[in-house]
Amino acid sequence: MSEMLYWKALNRAMDAEMAADETVLTLGEDVGLYGGTYRVTEGLMAKYGEWRVRDTPISENSFTGLGVGAAMLGLRPVVEIMTINFALLAMDAIVNMAAKIPFMSGGQFPMPLTIRMPGGVARQLGAQHSQRLEHQLMNVPGLRIVVPATPQDAYWQLRQAIRSDDPIIVLEHELLYFSKGEVDEAAEAPPIHQAVVRRQGRDITCIAYSQMLPLALQAAEQLATEGIELTIIDPRSLSPIDWETCARSVEQTHRCLIVEEDCRFAGAGAEFAATLQERCFYLLDAPIRRVAGLDLPTPFNGTLEAASIPRVEDIVLAARQIMTPPGESA
Amino acid sequence: MDKAQMAAMLRDMLRARAFEEAAAQAYAQGHIAGFLHLYPGEEAVAVGVLHAAEPGDYVVSTYREHVHALVRGIPARQIMAELHGKKTGVSGGMGGSMHLFDRSRRFLGGYAIVGETFPIALGAGYAVAYRRLPEAVICFFGDGAINQGTFHESLNMAALWKLPIFFVCENNHYQIGTEIHRHSAITEVYKRACGYGIPAEKVDGMDVTAVHEAAKRALARVRAGDGPQFLELETYRYRGHSMADPATYRPKAELNAYQANDPIAAAIHEAEYQYPSAEAIAEAGADCVTRFTDRCCKEGHLDDAVVQRMRQEIQEEIADAVAFAEQSPAPELQDAWKAFQHNRRFEIFMEAAQ
Repeated sequence: MSEMLYWKALNRAMDAEMAADETVLTLGEDVGLYGGTYRVTEGLMAKYGEWRVRDTPISENSFTGLGVGAAMLGLRPVVEIMTINFALLAMDAIVNMAAKIPFMSGGQFPMPLTIRMPGGVARQLGAQHSQRLEHQLMNVPGLRIVVPATPQDAYWQLRQAIRSDDPIIVLEHELLYFSKGEVDEAAEAPPIHQAVVRRQGRDITCIAYSQMLPLALQAAEQLATEGIELTIIDPRSLSPIDWETCARSVEQTHRCLIVEEDCRFAGAGAEFAATLQERCFYLLDAPIRRVAGLDLPTPFNGTLEAASIPRVEDIVLAARQIMTPPGESA
Repeated sequence: MDKAQMAAMLRDMLRARAFEEAAAQAYAQGHIAGFLHLYPGEEAVAVGVLHAAEPGDYVVSTYREHVHALVRGIPARQIMAELHGKKTGVSGGMGGSMHLFDRSRRFLGGYAIVGETFPIALGAGYAVAYRRLPEAVICFFGDGAINQGTFHESLNMAALWKLPIFFVCENNHYQIGTEIHRHSAITEVYKRACGYGIPAEKVDGMDVTAVHEAAKRALARVRAGDGPQFLELETYRYRGHSMADPATYRPKAELNAYQANDPIAAAIHEAEYQYPSAEAIAEAGADCVTRFTDRCCKEGHLDDAVVQRMRQEIQEEIADAVAFAEQSPAPELQDAWKAFQHNRRFEIFMEAAQ
């Protein structure tokens, strides 16, 4: 057990899998000599050579497709797309190829492909570099999506993704790379798609993933001083979703709040709200609520940017409103 | 080329023609649905190239891939059943006409998005090079694919890392309904490969022996570690883009010229746009199949009786494939779930939908 940064946890996970299995390789822009834009592949090229750590030209669709073709021949490629914004150029490889080949071939070709990329709003990178596109990938049958929020999960979920025979998107977050946490490399990790309860509380089940998890935990601390106790669930995976863990909690608290950085319209929160409403309707004491990003391209101006995505105070306010009986003001 | 090889190639050309005509008939009768892209006219390409391939090579193909699959050795029954959407099809009825896959024959699939064969071949070539194996990856594509970004992206990477890929352009002059002079600034496709330093050649795609020789040369260089090779084959499809396409955009004289293997420069300027009738196709004369048949007979490799017997056997093989496809069971929804989860280790949650 040691404390490490999120990027370092990913780096150690890559190293561990590459050392254990010589079919594992990684490719992407600046992953080799440069060591990765966020240092995730630092030191790997020196250790494993250029055929296993491949710097690519800026050709997202084709190098992601290269990962697909190599996976069909039994390699375990880890494709790094520098940011999720560039994944839009690789949507054909991800959606039409990686997600569909195992199925269209009648199950003949497994797809042991991992695609890593950071998403989310960082700090004033402008609308083209501040996107959250998980909703677009969630709607694609055949893809699996994990969203590690802690260094411990980053380490284990990446290792599990590399070992999987399905195409898995590991969705990281630019603001999480330099967050710190304990990593136990000897621990027995929970199953890759299992949700984890991060905090127990009687009043509201709050579901928050990726960069929204630390915000939700902060909001919970603040609300506890007011006597409102939150259960915080980190789903850790957006496809598939561990409905059992979520529903069991909502059945106990009778209230549910979902926090997502993605735009509200047709986002992951909509899926959580719809399914939990179907499963838990008669046990709910209040409508399920979402705190989400505004349906707006991310503004460059720092103040406006901060206002366009959930803040701790937005979560606190929403929780108070959920706890307030109709007709009274929170 | 010896007599046995010529006979084998002719047999595959005749099988290809017969298979596609049977597929067209089944489509017309309503037994095959969806898109159906047929190959008649282009047989010399698939047969010439794939007869130069080794069993250890990989093949990546487009949505016009029935004949590539057939010549690669996938039984006609399994291909025809897939066209019919049956459980016995080579992709279990989950792929269809445009998505034939056969792992055992290293047939990496038919792809229905133009330009997808490049990155798949790139990845396969990378895996072969990574393992230092003497195998080649054959990447088929049409002239319509050369303006996709993946063409340029993948040629660049293939050349950069000297990957063992043989790029084969089936230039049938039309991207669906748009003739190559209207879709490409440079219409001599092979010239584009020089932008990436890839050795390229252009050969008459209606002459199966010329195709075969060129493919052998290119594959030898690929296997020798010389990196990617590029071959442009000028050919022609007699039918429309798919069964849904009457091909009214093409001058009749152009089709006639290709079928007669005449120079076409004058013909393509003729303004008489009309889809050729079955009679017109039949009257047009020597296409690539007839041309090779004549040659085999003239050079004394084969005689009419042998060819006749061959045709008879092929008719029986194809009729059997059609009957097999018609009689095969349809897949159930549970087969779809099984295909979806085959080889999968869902660490938690087996989907409730089963």
